[in-house]
Amino acid sequence: MTDSDAAIPRSTTRGKTRGVRPAGPLPGRPKWQLLVETGFEWLIRFCGVSAIVFVFGIFFFVLREGVGLLFSPDFSLTEFLFSTKWYPTSMSHVRYGVLALMVGTASVTGLSMAIAVPFGLGAAIFVSEFSSGRTKETLKVVIELLAAIPSVVWGFIGITVMNPLIQETFHVPVGLNVLNGATLLALMSVPIMVSIGEDALKAVPDSYREAALAMGATRWQTVYRVLVPAARNGLLAAVLLGIGRAVGETMAVLMATGHAVNIPHSVFDPVRTLTATIAAELGEASVGSGHYQVLFLIGILLFSITFVVNLAADLVVKGARGQG
Amino acid sequence: MFTETEHGKTNRRRELLARWALGFIVATMILPLVLIVGYLVVRAWPLLSWDFLFTNPTHGMRQGGIWSALLGTLYLVTLALAIAAPVGVLAAVYLNEYARENWLTRVINLAVVNLAGVPSIVHALFGLGAFVLFANMGRSILAASLTLAIMTLPVIIASTKEALSAVPQSFREACWNVGATRWQAIRGIVLPNSISGILTGVILQVSRTAGETAPIMFTGAVFYKKIAEGDPFAYSIWDQCMALSMHLFTITTQVTDAPEALPFATAVVLLGTVLLVNTTSIIFRTVLRSHKRW
Repeated sequence: MTDSDAAIPRSTTRGKTRGVRPAGPLPGRPKWQLLVETGFEWLIRFCGVSAIVFVFGIFFFVLREGVGLLFSPDFSLTEFLFSTKWYPTSMSHVRYGVLALMVGTASVTGLSMAIAVPFGLGAAIFVSEFSSGRTKETLKVVIELLAAIPSVVWGFIGITVMNPLIQETFHVPVGLNVLNGATLLALMSVPIMVSIGEDALKAVPDSYREAALAMGATRWQTVYRVLVPAARNGLLAAVLLGIGRAVGETMAVLMATGHAVNIPHSVFDPVRTLTATIAAELGEASVGSGHYQVLFLIGILLFSITFVVNLAADLVVKGARGQG
Repeated sequence: MFTETEHGKTNRRRELLARWALGFIVATMILPLVLIVGYLVVRAWPLLSWDFLFTNPTHGMRQGGIWSALLGTLYLVTLALAIAAPVGVLAAVYLNEYARENWLTRVINLAVVNLAGVPSIVHALFGLGAFVLFANMGRSILAASLTLAIMTLPVIIASTKEALSAVPQSFREACWNVGATRWQAIRGIVLPNSISGILTGVILQVSRTAGETAPIMFTGAVFYKKIAEGDPFAYSIWDQCMALSMHLFTITTQVTDAPEALPFATAVVLLGTVLLVNTTSIIFRTVLRSHKRW
């Protein structure tokens, strides 16, 4: 909203009007209308801050279920973060080390980004700079539909299509592994990268393109000498949001990564991610037990990771706007 | 006079190469998608029929149709959007029409961005902790829908904000000039002129809500539940229910020796619903854009 709006009366029930109109209700408006109006304005304010309430609510309620374990003698924070021993239901000696799960998440996310970043940004450049008119619109619609495919369907494709494909192509016994999960995650995070990357390129002023063309640059030279550097921050934000999506993805990795708590040594090793662990084990853990609580602590860990990634993406975008 | 230099030739070749490489990248994204969807439909073909949609799963989910899952998904989506849409739209109205440039607005925007980035499984944990246990709703359609509603809220806020900001500022100014209050201008002019854009954003969330599995797994969806066939009111909001996405997960990973076409048919119904809803709303949006009066 612009600064001049400050002079607009926010509601006739208030006496703070600073404009041309006198304060107080207009003669023709019945009282119930004013009450409805005030009620709605409060409702709107209430809904406006609801997002904040929910973010804190998520943090609070997830922590509330898991916090008990922090003070339990079975639990140590260093073991939680730096041990690969995940035996949450052991009768003799329970151990809650999530390092292997974190490595699992990192390996799947890392490999998926290695595939998705060139593809996502390449496709963003193609859609934004090398296509026009009907082709452009069609591509954007197809990418939007690609983004709509549910993650459980991706997981199903991982099991029924990718699994035999990987087995036959690479002659490995099991096709449910890091490579499978990473390919699916790449396909899932490409659409978000394309749409945000394309926005970033579109935000570069046309005068940049015209100046480059006037200097005799080809379109490709314009792209990698002028547009990519100018849209740097927006493209980085696109990658960060892709990472955030990949880290938080649950169903596809639960179904396609082979489900073994394991530090992977090659892309054909099965792993288990943080998200998949929660999804697989929460159903079996009895409410209030150590196992149940540690799953909520993993939830807090995931919440913190994605919070930092999204915050970073947001700051990077703000930085880009500040420069422009 | 205008013979091409070596340098110019290299540039032209590189340009061509870049164009082909980028085009190839786009093709490798889209072609497998078409192939995979085609493959799923071919494998599911023997089972696809109206009967499949309207009969309950039988024999430990090895035979029969998907009726109870289909109806469960319908309940979850309807209830979740009935909760998320009003809150999301009003929140967007606040951000676009009332909020000023201050710290509170910045915090709200940041919260919206971060809420959108919360992993779906963390939403599940929240739903379990807050609705199922703390609010004592138990595992029910209501608890699952509330969880889904909070998940879709940030996206509805974002799309509604976009629709609202597409209404020209001069429309509001004209209202204020004839003495309308802020709320009168919003209800009389801003909302009617952006309602189609708002609806498109909400409809796009139908498919996202229908496809989500993780948030409902522990808050209200069950592996198996038998309900009356053909009765659209077979569930109450305090019941647990089956859901299409959860059903696909179950019969793929938990049920052994199910006939091959069964999971494929379920996947095709889920995917088909999602793509149909999205295509409709995209067409709707395109038509609206071309009919814009300003």
